[in-house]
Formats: sequence, structure tokens, C-alpha cells
Amino acid sequence: MRGTRPLVDLAKTIRSKNAGVDQITFDVIFADRASYDLVRRSRALTRETVAALYRIPPDRITTFVEYEPGLAIKFTIRRDRPSGSPGERDVFGSQQYPPLFQVPIPVPE
Amino acid sequence: MPDRLTVLSPTGHLGFTPIETGSFQVGVERRPDFLIADSGSCDIGPHPLGADEHPSPQAWQRHDLEVMLLAARRLGVPMVVGSASDTGTDRGVEQYARIIRELAHAHRLPAFRLATISAEVRPEDLLRRLEEGQRIAGLDGRPDLTVDVLKRTSRAVAVMGVEPIIRALDLGADVIVAGRSSDSALFAAPAIRAGFPEAAAYYLGKVLECASFAAEPFMGKESILGTVTHEAVTVTAMHPGQRCTPASLASHAMYERADPFFERLPGGVLDMTHCRYEQHDEKTTRVTGFAFRRDPAYRVKLEGAGRVGERALSIAGIRDPYTIRHIDQVIAWARGKVEEAWGQPGERYRLFYHVYGRDGVMGAWEPQAAITSQELCLVVEAVADRWEDAEIICALGTRNLFYARLPEVKGTAGTAALMMDEVLRGKPGYEWTVNHVIGVRDPLEFFRVTVAEVTG
Repeated sequence: MRGTRPLVDLAKTIRSKNAGVDQITFDVIFADRASYDLVRRSRALTRETVAALYRIPPDRITTFVEYEPGLAIKFTIRRDRPSGSPGERDVFGSQQYPPLFQVPIPVPE
Repeated sequence: MPDRLTVLSPTGHLGFTPIETGSFQVGVERRPDFLIADSGSCDIGPHPLGADEHPSPQAWQRHDLEVMLLAARRLGVPMVVGSASDTGTDRGVEQYARIIRELAHAHRLPAFRLATISAEVRPEDLLRRLEEGQRIAGLDGRPDLTVDVLKRTSRAVAVMGVEPIIRALDLGADVIVAGRSSDSALFAAPAIRAGFPEAAAYYLGKVLECASFAAEPFMGKESILGTVTHEAVTVTAMHPGQRCTPASLASHAMYERADPFFERLPGGVLDMTHCRYEQHDEKTTRVTGFAFRRDPAYRVKLEGAGRVGERALSIAGIRDPYTIRHIDQVIAWARGKVEEAWGQPGERYRLFYHVYGRDGVMGAWEPQAAITSQELCLVVEAVADRWEDAEIICALGTRNLFYARLPEVKGTAGTAALMMDEVLRGKPGYEWTVNHVIGVRDPLEFFRVTVAEVTG
């Protein structure tokens, strides 16, 4: 029997920010290798799960990498339109991460 | 040839908020060879470039330039500032150069040489290149630049690499004010000029460009000191409460970048795939293993913004739970009334309803469908070519929130609370039109270096 924990409990940092004017990049950073490996191996965070969470086609995610030196999982989403265009909601792209908090990560009992 | 070169980086965005001077003075006491800071950002949106305005208060720009200039002249070392006044247009370069001259006069500084490097590109010049058949390739999934998009571009800049800065140093500049610049190139230029490997020089730039963001715990506007040798780059936090650690430096590689392994630069790419990070002393981390690969053809990035129209904004609150449950119908009613008078949105006008309390921050990306608050805030945003039109469309689209005809509404005296019955004038709307690269024969092609003596 296995339980789950929300990603926000396992990560040290979960953030989003513009990467240039056409993309927003997301960093999920872990304080220790055990948490990083647990989340990485759980496959709870993949191009497909993130696309489903943000209700976008997977090809809108331009980069999805496991970044060993930073103990991080990182992905980048192409914006609907360039940052700061009329109708903009988040000029810096800095408040697009919170839906990641509650992603359930299977953990050993 | 020297065996090491040290650079002090006091801020990741000069003028945006003032430099913290305590850790800067700690850094100055280490007698760095250069003081370097970047002032630019695209994060602030397309308005400052398109309208050619400075988004940072001039008092803060002056503060940061004064802190750096006085220290640089006292140490007798060069100072380099890039992407002057956020956008790096000619106006920004002239503004910073004027502030430097005023500061030199106010402090009666001994004579020094001031270099300015312009980076602005006239849209007509790009149009001519397009008409000559030159390709201007889109970045980040954009199509190639077309004549139509260029004609919608109010203002454009080219992003310089190390070469114009090296030229300015060769001309004996003590202070360099550069237009739009690659952040890393500002720091890499003196290291490459001094004969250090390109990979180490560009890594030095990559890690220093945001100053204390590369250290931990999180603090902005504090200084860090970078040292390049022929083998490695070491980075030290100057604030007594901060450290540079393998984790803080590695994390910084991914900050604001799509890919943490590769940094695209004018003329090539910095490869950080095999970087090794070791704690050198308590506040210092040592990095090795970077590589730099030159592109077969030198390419320069172009940035441009175009005016979309005048912007009007108004604010309404909704408290009736029945209206909140039917908010999409309310908005559809108000849109419908605007369309009756102004036709379908498109070329003539655009109208946006930002529903704070539901998906005001995330829009279509918001995964949570249910509204859980007892009240909503609506910001109505109208864009039209003329201010008078934007104002009237915004008023019509807001006041009709009031009159939405819902079948079971009880509050027939009005279904919206207007914060005030007025429409606010926003800054004109701009859009990033150019995020492209162009091949050049000469890395200095878009940049003009001028040197003049400044006497206090």
C-alpha cells in the first residue's frame, strides 16, 4: 500500500518566470537527492502530466528536462501571446506555478 | 598575460531598485579589476522599448551609476554598464552618458574617457534588408520576420556581443555605457580581451549577470565577486549573510532561461552540461567543465515592439452569488452590447474581461474551474486606435455589467458594484513584434562605438 504527498511538501522551490518574451519557464527544485529522485521516478511530473494540468497540448511545452546539477525538474511553456500584449495577465510570468503544488506524488508508506 | 581577472557585479538590473551599498563596499575593498552591471530587461513588457521611455525612476538610475562611478574612478578600474536605461535604445545610452557627465562634474572627478555604444536599429534598415532578401529568423517558435510585422514595429534594438565592448576598451575607455547588450557579454568582454578562454569568460558572465541571485539565501541587489582563471571560475558572495554554493550557482543557470544547459550568445553557445561545482571556501564556489562552441555564422538578436493602441481600464465588483454563478453570461451580455455599437472585436477594437477571483491570473491555463470566493473583481480592458474610442468602449463594456438580463436576478437595481464610475487611462498598448536573429558579416555591424573625454 502506498500513499501520496503533494509536490509542494517535497520541493524546496516551485517557481515560474519569463524566459524571453514568448515563453514562461517553470523550476521545481529539491533540497536533497532523495526527494528529487522520488519525484523523478514517480513519473508524476512529465511533459504529458504537465500539459494536462495546464490544459494545453504537449507540444506547447518547448523544453522538459531533469537538471541533475540543480536537483531540479524544469519545463518551459510557449505563451499564448508575447508578454505584455494587451489582455496580459502576468507580465513577468511569475504566478503561473501554483497549480503544481497539489500534484500528488506516490510515496512509500 | 594576467593569471586571473576579477569582476564585481553589484546588481542584476541597474536602476530597477537601488543597489545595496554595504556589500558593494565590501566588494570594492577586494580591489576588483572591473565593475560591471547590466541594466536591461524584457520582463518589463514591450511598452518601454516601443514608447522609448525609461521604466525605472531616474533618481534610482543616478544612484546606481553614482555608486559605481565613484568606486571605479577611486580604484582606477573600468566600469561597464549594458542595456542602458532598461531598453538600450539611443535615448537610454544618451541619458546614462548625461548622468555620468553630471556626476563627474558634481564630484569634480579627474578626467576620464567615456565610451558610448549605440544599439538601436531603425525599422527601415531592417525593411531594406528584408527587401534585399536577407532572412531574419524567428526565435522561440516565431515565424521569420515579415514586412507586415516590421511595419507594425515602432522601435527596435540589436543585442551586442563582446566585440563592441572590446573595441571600446581598446580605445581606452574608462567608463562604457552600452546600448542593448547580451548580459553575459558585458562580463565576458574584458576576460576575453585579457586572453582567458571564451568558455570561462562567458560562464563568468552567465553567473555574474544577476548578482546576488546566484547566492543563497535569496537577497536582491547585493554584490558578488567573480574571478576567472585559465582553468576555472570562482564566485564569492559579498553580503555577510550570503554564500555562493554549488546548489545556488547551479540553480542560477536555469533562472529565466528555457534550458539550464545551454546559453545562446551572439556568436555561439555556452554549454554547461558538464559543469562541475565545488565548494571552495565558506562563501565561494568553484566551477569548471564549461564549453563554448562558436556558431558557423555570427548572428545577432533583434528585439522590437510595436504600438497596438490606446488602453482604457475600469474596475467592477460582483457580490451577488447568483450573478457570480452566471458571470460568463453577464460578460457575454456586456460584450454583446459593445458589439451592437462597435461590431465584432478585431482591427477596430479589442476588449478583455479579467475575472479576478476565478482565472484573472492564469486565464485558460487555470485548472480550477469552481469559483470559491463570495465576490469577484472584474477589470475591463479596452484597446482602440484612438483614446476616445477606447474610453467609450470600456465604459460601455463596464456599465453593461450592471444591466445584464439574467432570468432570476433579484437585485434589479444593478448587478455590479462600480469602484468608481470612471474609466482610467492606461499607457498605450504595445506588443513584442521582433524576437528574431539576423546573420551579420561583422559583429560590429549594428553598433557604433564613440569615445569622448569627460572632465570634472
